[in-house]
Amino acid sequence: MSRRSTLSNRRWRAGGILGVLSAMAAPLASAMPLNMTRGVTEFSREVHDLHMIIFWICCIIGVLVFGVMFYALIRHRKSKGAKPADFHESTKVEIVWTLIPFAILIGMAIPATQALVNSDDDGSKPADLTVQVTGSQWKWHYKYLGTDVEYYSLLATPRDQIAGKLNKGDNYLLEVDRPLVLPTDRNVRFVITSEDVIHSWWVPAFAVKKDANPGFINQVQTRIDEPGIYRGQCAELCGKDHGFMPVVVIAKAPNEFDAWLEGEQQKVALAKAEEEKLLAMNMGFDELMAEGEKVYQTYCAACHQPNGEGLPGVFPGLKGSAIALGEVNAHIDIVVNGKAGTAMQAFGKQLTLAQQAAVITYERNAWGNDTGDAVQPSDIHNFLNGAQ
Amino acid sequence: MHATREIDAAPDMGVEQHHDHAHHGPASGLMRWVTTTNHKDIGTLYLWFAFIMFLVGGAMAMVIRAELFQPGLQLVDPHFFNQMTTVHGLIMVFGAVMPAFTGLANWLVPMMIGAPDMALPRMNNWSFWILPFAFLILLSSLFMEGGGPAFGWTFYAPLSTTYSGDSTALFVFSVHIMGMSSIMGAINVIVTIFNLRAPGMTMMKMPLFVWTWLITAFLLIAVMPVLAGAVTMVLTDKFFGTDFFNAAGGGDPVLFQHIFWFFGHPEVYIMILPSFGIISAILPTFARKKLFGYSSMVYATASIAGLSFIVWAHHMFTTGMPLFGELFFMYCTMLIAVPTGVKVFNWVATLWRGSITFEVPMLFALAFLVLFTIGGFSGLMLAITPADFQYHDTYFVVAHFHYVLVTGAIFSIMAAAYYWLPKWTGHMFDEGLAKLHFWCSLISVNLLFFPMHFLGLAGMPRRIPDYALQFADVNKLVSIGGFAFGLSQLIFLAVVIKCIRGGEKAPAKPWEGAEGLEWTLPSPAPYHTFETPPEVK
Ligand code: HEM
Ligand SMILES: [Cu+2]
Repeated sequence: MSRRSTLSNRRWRAGGILGVLSAMAAPLASAMPLNMTRGVTEFSREVHDLHMIIFWICCIIGVLVFGVMFYALIRHRKSKGAKPADFHESTKVEIVWTLIPFAILIGMAIPATQALVNSDDDGSKPADLTVQVTGSQWKWHYKYLGTDVEYYSLLATPRDQIAGKLNKGDNYLLEVDRPLVLPTDRNVRFVITSEDVIHSWWVPAFAVKKDANPGFINQVQTRIDEPGIYRGQCAELCGKDHGFMPVVVIAKAPNEFDAWLEGEQQKVALAKAEEEKLLAMNMGFDELMAEGEKVYQTYCAACHQPNGEGLPGVFPGLKGSAIALGEVNAHIDIVVNGKAGTAMQAFGKQLTLAQQAAVITYERNAWGNDTGDAVQPSDIHNFLNGAQ
Repeated sequence: MHATREIDAAPDMGVEQHHDHAHHGPASGLMRWVTTTNHKDIGTLYLWFAFIMFLVGGAMAMVIRAELFQPGLQLVDPHFFNQMTTVHGLIMVFGAVMPAFTGLANWLVPMMIGAPDMALPRMNNWSFWILPFAFLILLSSLFMEGGGPAFGWTFYAPLSTTYSGDSTALFVFSVHIMGMSSIMGAINVIVTIFNLRAPGMTMMKMPLFVWTWLITAFLLIAVMPVLAGAVTMVLTDKFFGTDFFNAAGGGDPVLFQHIFWFFGHPEVYIMILPSFGIISAILPTFARKKLFGYSSMVYATASIAGLSFIVWAHHMFTTGMPLFGELFFMYCTMLIAVPTGVKVFNWVATLWRGSITFEVPMLFALAFLVLFTIGGFSGLMLAITPADFQYHDTYFVVAHFHYVLVTGAIFSIMAAAYYWLPKWTGHMFDEGLAKLHFWCSLISVNLLFFPMHFLGLAGMPRRIPDYALQFADVNKLVSIGGFAFGLSQLIFLAVVIKCIRGGEKAPAKPWEGAEGLEWTLPSPAPYHTFETPPEVK
């Protein structure tokens, strides 16, 4: 190859690499942050700084090592007439480059240890508020310990957006029907567990990621500095809808939080009174069907599918199924208590009596099931009392 | 080494030597491959099998990347997506990387130590031939009602026990067969190395590829039974009512993870130690200079293998361990950076003041050196427990392990294939086409995996079929890189086929700076390697 063509070849190659790099840079520079968030808790800032320290140490080592390597590749080429040297070991050098990395590692381990020790929550540190977080395929259950307030938090993105039939909203897949509300400037403890498989509760802005293990309880503490909305996701493969299990936290100033919690407690009391009243009346068939369809699409369709046909071999269909066409009490039982050892959860605690009555009515009459049965909230109530 | 003589005369070998007074070649026809006990035939079978699996697993990766090309669900449903990630991972680990290394060991270990064949040729035949059945079983489970395994290649309980489909039984069965195959292969390597070395080849004269495989084989024997235990417990929990991993019955799902990673962490070194051996053969050749620090390379490899047994819980920092545990596993993990660093420094020192040329094996080896080191850096970052709370189970991890597995293990396998291809086929490969393969792979693989670091840092969890809008642009880029990388591998196929069919005749030693017993044999290597052991000074 002539010198000229080598040159143009090289120029072409350099241009190609630059082109690829700039093609990479353009989209990267748009909406997405390129680095870990610095977060709104002291621990998350410690973690971020730790991350940056190790990152820069790695960069420096990389530049040195690759620098030496590329120098050798450029200067010690055979085509440049390089003659091979014949050294092939040096105990001194090898000891030096064992010890230096060792020292660097100690330098990294010290701040890492400090951050870890500070963040450790063995349950002995005082907490101002304790929230129980329970993972449950594929939603989160939050319970403010010491109060009556508890609720489930589900993905709020409509299925049509996921299927591409509707335009996707700004917080696509990172929005829920009922976010977790927390106070700022208070020590919040989470006790985390699961009802079925392992999930992992993660909010990047707090640097909190903790597994929810069925049958066991994990603890982790946080203290939020700034009011705001913080979003995260489940971070452990937990089955089919693992990708659709977001976490949304709203942090409010302490006094606003207290007012909110007070309001929620009143709502719980009111809802209980409503339930009592409902027991005395019957809901109309159309009302049950309309409410039932809503509940079904929110809670049941992920597994049994919107068309009631299920996923053969994974989740049973309800269309024409023995349960949906059979005895009413067996149907109520499986909705209220779930089925042990399968993905079918107990919905008794998750849904109101009216919701359960409605969804069972819906399942018994949708998709051509047409049993004509109308299940009332009082039926569920009687089932529960009878069963106890 | 008088042991050599005895084994040589063992009945197993005798079968072939009976009618083998002349140097005749293999039997002809299909049965040659089914019944063969020849280490070269078996090595070839392993390598082709691994390559086919690489394409099958790669096709699954393409399904994953096509679904992730844009936000929303377009091509597959989430359940099938999970089957694809699971089977992709299983196939790449057990079907592509491990068999490729075993294939290289079969071809090269006897030639490098001056042995006539592997020590246990009949078992060698078996350990290969059960593999295709293992993977047929695994792949056929995808067509069952309810689909194949969908719980990740790590099959965490209780997802894999209580909440999985019936195909779990097939999954367990196929993992058992893969495990048996690996153990038999490992035993063969160990026995061959201990008993069949040529006179004068002391342990500290063995090529590093032989050393690294010896250590790998011990790792395999130590941990494959642990995997077998884990899958058996999953099987009995699922089908026979035991409660190893079920809290309601007194078990513990986190126990599963301890057992799995006690296997799984050494397993990831099983997938990289032989690479170290390959790179230690190739860099000196094309630098025309001896490997720097041979003995510290051996010690470093052994200490990496040793440390691999006490760091398993660094995959479990978020499961809720006591502070002491998190600190212990953090320190031990960080310690692995020391011997790994020694290896990288030694390689760079090997290049220093060499007389360097850039043939294709060298290009892949140099790419390995840079990109594997980048994977090592992200590994060091993952070792820092508090930071791992943020990285864990995100695309940062996906980026990390693909840097070590694809640009590490797979690139070293490519380098090895190009380096020894002339010895295997007797022909030189098409250098232009091979260079095209290299540059296409290098550029696309970085386009594929580098941006994944940013996805992870920005908060994209792994194993999700759909994602928030902010991740859209980068995912598109990554998918394009993925398709390009997949297509590039077809060039490799073309190079290999072309090289088998003909081309410039290769001399016994096609690479000027190469050293080792394999280069004293003619190219292609004769069907029976060293029938009289060579003398090693
Ligand atoms: C063609 C190139 C490849 C592409 C495009 C690719 C892509 C992917 C993707 C997108 C995932 C899913 C990540 C997640 O969501 O968790 C994945 C997982 C994985 N890949 Fe690859 N991969 C490639 C090659 C390889 C190779 C060669 C290996 C092994 C040596 C490998 C080993 C794995 C493993 C072990 C997993 C984890 C599976 C799991 O999470 O259960 N991949 N890969
Ligand atoms: Cu989850």
